[in-house]
Amino acid sequence: MAVWVEKADCAGCESCVEACPLGAIHMSDGIAVIDDKCNSCGACVESCSTGAIKSDAAAAKADTSQYEDVWVVAETRHRKVRPCTLELLGAGRGLATALDQRLCALLAGKNLKGIAGEMAEGGADIVYVLEDAGLEEGRTLAYTRAIADAIREKKPAVVLLSATPFGRELAPRISRRLGVGLTADCTELGVDAATKNLLQTRPAWGGNLMATIYSPDSRPQMSTVRPGVMKALPREPGRKADVVHVKVGLRPEDARLQVLELKKELRKKVDLTEAKIIVSGGNGVGSKEGFHLLEELAGLLGAEVGGTRIAVEEGWITQDRQVGQTGQSVCPDLYIACGISGAIQHRSGMAGAKTIVAINSDPNAPIFQIADIAINADMFKVLPELINCLRPGNDREAGE
Amino acid sequence: MDIIVLVKQVPNTAEVKIDQKTGTLMREGVESIINPDDLHALEAGLRLREAHGGTVTAVSMGPPQAMDALREALGIGADECVLLTDRAFAGADTLATSYTLGRCIRKLGRFELVIAGHQAIDGDTAQIGPQVAEYLDVPQVIRATKLEVKGGELHAERTHEDGVEAVKCPLPALVTVTKEANKARYPHIPRLMAAFDASAPIKVWGPKDIGADEKLIGLKGSPTQVQKTFTPKFEKKTEKLAGPPAEVARTLVDRLKQRRLL
Repeated sequence: MAVWVEKADCAGCESCVEACPLGAIHMSDGIAVIDDKCNSCGACVESCSTGAIKSDAAAAKADTSQYEDVWVVAETRHRKVRPCTLELLGAGRGLATALDQRLCALLAGKNLKGIAGEMAEGGADIVYVLEDAGLEEGRTLAYTRAIADAIREKKPAVVLLSATPFGRELAPRISRRLGVGLTADCTELGVDAATKNLLQTRPAWGGNLMATIYSPDSRPQMSTVRPGVMKALPREPGRKADVVHVKVGLRPEDARLQVLELKKELRKKVDLTEAKIIVSGGNGVGSKEGFHLLEELAGLLGAEVGGTRIAVEEGWITQDRQVGQTGQSVCPDLYIACGISGAIQHRSGMAGAKTIVAINSDPNAPIFQIADIAINADMFKVLPELINCLRPGNDREAGE
Repeated sequence: MDIIVLVKQVPNTAEVKIDQKTGTLMREGVESIINPDDLHALEAGLRLREAHGGTVTAVSMGPPQAMDALREALGIGADECVLLTDRAFAGADTLATSYTLGRCIRKLGRFELVIAGHQAIDGDTAQIGPQVAEYLDVPQVIRATKLEVKGGELHAERTHEDGVEAVKCPLPALVTVTKEANKARYPHIPRLMAAFDASAPIKVWGPKDIGADEKLIGLKGSPTQVQKTFTPKFEKKTEKLAGPPAEVARTLVDRLKQRRLL
């Protein structure tokens, strides 16, 4: 650890000279100089009004060599391991191999009998079991206590959670309690061959930019991982793991949040996520009347109508039909984008569609980059013809 | 009741475009807005104030221009604001940001509720809410769609994969809300004008004002670092259809039939 003066920022006020209990600072040419009597106590850092005195106490680097093993925090539902957890074990196996460390599953909850075996068959070498009656579903505070305590005790190098609603509410709490880094919603994980740091890649800006993030000095390295991206390992029936029970020390304050009732899903008025075909419109549709054309086409295709944020804000369609980052994320077999430029927020909600047809009069519309079939034309000329082709009785083959 | 609302100024991502040639984001000239979820957080705070009395304080960390977001918050109805701005705050990841916001809330003193948007549209991490709650050692309700305070307790509904879950916890607490929580109001124009006045109740605080440890803020206090950014490759073979509209329509129907989509 060291304390130093950034000369450019020093105002020459001498307050640090007075503040130093060791008399280790003197002025030279109007700038503070710290000599070797300094024991890095930091008193001068506090006293400096211009922030010119820096200290690397900051970095409080973890001794990374003390941290070993790759942990997967399991999620269960109805007493079954969730598929996203098995995917994490698949991803974790690759990391554990690259690090030459063990792959461990952490199973927390109440009444966990029989579940550890499933984790072993999914690839875990060790299953840590944290069982306590207070670990009720949805009690984030209790899970934070149990898991953070276990991490402090066992010192894993890597801790992975699924980027499910629960994982994304639990992981930040644990990371804050431990004071370590956390990367959200990763879609790719790897190990830097030279440094052995975990490389965590996540989409930003609606998936149009990818960022690779690492935590060189903090351990454990924590990530939440997007479900459905990683591959689970083939299940190995009969595979065994060491099952280790870890003491859970919940406190009364961990029960502050109470789950009163789980209401059954109130089905959304329009669920675009289940639609096989979506006919979607954007700014180019221009009006509510313009959407009538899309509705007509959708009716012929048995499709749902969707739209961009602009279409919603303009009142052309209702909010429950919005596709994109602030609307629904959809993955239909066919997505017909009419008058949609393809702003990244919209694309993030529909880029997963299996076939994308884009109709737009702007040849440079970004939507064309991800389209399977690109029609650079006026949608008001193409759609009526398309409707014409699809109208019962107007089928070309039937008519010819 | 005293309510603190966390507000982030973000680029209006709807306007961010990608440079077709370089594949990089073009952020120049893009307007800055209050993060959409945060408008619903502010609305939730204002409604609770209207029901129970008290104050709503909006807090934002960001560059000096984030002042505009706080002026808007005043225009919408916040009682006062704190802008946390200083070079030393720059480059913060969520851990350093949650420390900074947490320190500020401690400095403000008494609070019953902290309300934040579920996630910001530029980062999408949704980590700040839970991390601030942990820093303050209060319970959290994440993704709330409904909240009310009765008998000194917070009653809320949060979205869950299986449906909607009703929860309760004692105050103080932290809640993050999604856009389903309410319909956010627009700024009140005279209030908005007044927010541009030098006497507008916006405090500008730096690290010393919140008693922050310099090594826990900004880039220094951020354990995570960005190693690289890159644009994903789209491996789509695009077929272009051109010609008279009737012909294009017929070809399209054929192609969709070939793909067994019709």
